[in-house]
Amino acid sequence: MSKLLNISSSPHVRDGSTTQSIMWDVVIALIPATVFGIWNFGINALLLIVTCIVTCVLAEYIWEKCMKLPLTVSDGSAVLTGLLLALNLSSSFPLWMAILGSVFAIIIVKQLFGGLGQNFMNPALGARCFLMVSFAGQMTSFAYNGPVGLHYQSGKELDAITTVTPLAAIKSGETANLADMFFGNIAGTIGETSALALLIGAAYLLIHRIISLKIPVTYLVTFAIFMLLFGGHGFDLNYLAMELCGGGLLLGAFFMATDYVTSPITPKGQIVFGIFLGILTGVFRVFGASAEGVSYAIIICNLLVPLIERVTIPTPFGKEGIKDGK
Amino acid sequence: MSNATFRGGVHPYEGKELSSDLPIKTVQPKGELVFPMAQHIGAPATPIVKKGDRVLVGQKIGEASGFISANICSSVSGTVKAVEPRTLLNGSKATCVVIDNDGEYTGIPGLGEYRDYTELSKDEIREIVKEAGIVGMGGAGFPTSVKLTPKEPDQIDYILVNGAECEPYLTSDYRQMLECPEEIVEGLKVILKLFDKAKGLICIEDNKPEAIAKMESVVQRENRIEVKVLKTKYPQGGERTLISAATGRKIYSAKLPSDVGCIVDNVSTVIAVYRAVCKQTPLITRVMTLTGDAFNRPINVNVRLGCSHAELVEEGGGYREDPAKIISGGPMMGFAMYDLNVPVTKTSSSILAMTRDEVAANDPTPCIRCGRCVAACPGNLVPQKMAEAAQNNDYDTFVKLNGMECYECGSCTFVCPAKRPLTQTFKQARQYVAAQRKKK
Repeated sequence: MSKLLNISSSPHVRDGSTTQSIMWDVVIALIPATVFGIWNFGINALLLIVTCIVTCVLAEYIWEKCMKLPLTVSDGSAVLTGLLLALNLSSSFPLWMAILGSVFAIIIVKQLFGGLGQNFMNPALGARCFLMVSFAGQMTSFAYNGPVGLHYQSGKELDAITTVTPLAAIKSGETANLADMFFGNIAGTIGETSALALLIGAAYLLIHRIISLKIPVTYLVTFAIFMLLFGGHGFDLNYLAMELCGGGLLLGAFFMATDYVTSPITPKGQIVFGIFLGILTGVFRVFGASAEGVSYAIIICNLLVPLIERVTIPTPFGKEGIKDGK
Repeated sequence: MSNATFRGGVHPYEGKELSSDLPIKTVQPKGELVFPMAQHIGAPATPIVKKGDRVLVGQKIGEASGFISANICSSVSGTVKAVEPRTLLNGSKATCVVIDNDGEYTGIPGLGEYRDYTELSKDEIREIVKEAGIVGMGGAGFPTSVKLTPKEPDQIDYILVNGAECEPYLTSDYRQMLECPEEIVEGLKVILKLFDKAKGLICIEDNKPEAIAKMESVVQRENRIEVKVLKTKYPQGGERTLISAATGRKIYSAKLPSDVGCIVDNVSTVIAVYRAVCKQTPLITRVMTLTGDAFNRPINVNVRLGCSHAELVEEGGGYREDPAKIISGGPMMGFAMYDLNVPVTKTSSSILAMTRDEVAANDPTPCIRCGRCVAACPGNLVPQKMAEAAQNNDYDTFVKLNGMECYECGSCTFVCPAKRPLTQTFKQARQYVAAQRKKK
């Protein structure tokens, strides 16, 4: 034999999927919502998306270079963080603030705690909440007058006016059009408006087994029950449907609450996590000052993950019903 | 009805088509034969021959040296060339009896002659199995006579014949089910004779329909034997997962299969029992699969124990391409070999020569806590947390996380997208904890 044989401990084979392939799968799953967001909000949305992604990747690259760490830019996680952050911003959000938010997401939330896999809260949501606290006005002003794509096709002048999101309208006692909320021809952040586009992406993630139904389903079901009980509208399915489609709920439930790093790893823990999310989101939406509540609910629950995991370690095979472990 | 299975598990590339249609070819050894005295779980056997002695095929050359130990018998006739330490497959050294093969294969008296097992008593059967040096041939190498002597023989409800062969690439059990189903059934009947209440279940994964059909046709007239079809999934053939899938009963690390009324024996082991009891032939041969993309001609071979692995490579037609890694056993739990000049033992199930080493090709990256290891673990553990504890040398936490329940099947490591060496970490931690416990 001409060359030496490799030796290593078993197992000797590996599955094809990698961290990189998973990250890119999530990016692919966000494409419908991204494309719709650009169609809906126009060039500003595109600019914000590009800015956030480029800033996140650059921030990660520069940090790792300066800290002499192995470069992990190619794993796609920074791209994903940038994209998610952009989808969580209003299309009229100033670019320099978006840059600030992206740097915050990568450096403060992710890298300072040890980089990929070590951040205790979702970087994109951490940054969104940071921006919300710092620039509440810009974060909650939504310029919208129908999809830019339609204006463009009909040759009309762009005439965006600052408006409120349907969710805020419902909260202040007005009504909204459920069909528009489902398809997404409404005001809101770039990526959250189209329930349909988000569900297509979610289906992609589920089919490719990137996420499981545990967290999203327990989240949405708990939230629905909470809203029926405490929403103040009684058993009004139309209201419930609008609450489910509106705001960042679907984007949060399928793309952010399911973030691997910041959600429980234990199966039971994921269910507990989903229930907490549903209750907190309900509390914030019904009793809070803002119509929104998803991002705060998720980052608060992110902080609970270590505790949830601690109490939900599964019983090993064959030890079911055996108390003292003997 | 869906086929029986268990929670967790993985689906590696099977690779069985390389050798599944190739009949078993009997191969005669050329050079010297080396018989390690330690090729089973338990105390090594004591050599009972010395240099210059003449030995016959089937003659005992190593005597079991304790309750959990096994005899070693010569697979050829010839002269003892040496009794000395030799390197084994795993790189350790152990006392070996080296025999110069005279090429005549002169057997001990009665070798190969038919014996009617129905006229034997239970104790006689157990004694024959013990004398024949039969151990679990699936890989563990646990002495079969010990397995067949549980504390309460009346409590045994099932004898499970493990034909799952869930390890990718291996086809030796499959070929034996196709080529000698009668021997499997007869061997099982011998074992059933020891346990009046027990029922025999021949467990086969559903990716082997021909073997299922063959075994079903043979057991048709047997009222105590059934073929149990299992879902194809690794590690279906693991003892705990197999028992759970086939009977719904569950055991954990501190329990033996007999505690839940089960005894599990590999297909090859059952054949060895048949040959020992009905053919007066001790365990001196085994079927191996020579496969992997590095071989010119993958093949299933029936070899005499003690034969060198290097000699067998020629049977596979040599290498098509230089192998990067050679594994003894399956790719999930097998052992990477660094030298082929080591003897075939009772537990050598294959030579798997691969041109690409997937382990070397994938550097570990940070854990992203995706939870795939948790979903894949058949033991219902949390490998991600166990690995964290083990890497921090926090063995208390490792044990609290039920690390000692891991049976190192490798499923978590297989699915890990970050390519982290989880199983490898657990092996070290488990060895450390076991050693610490022994000290106390």
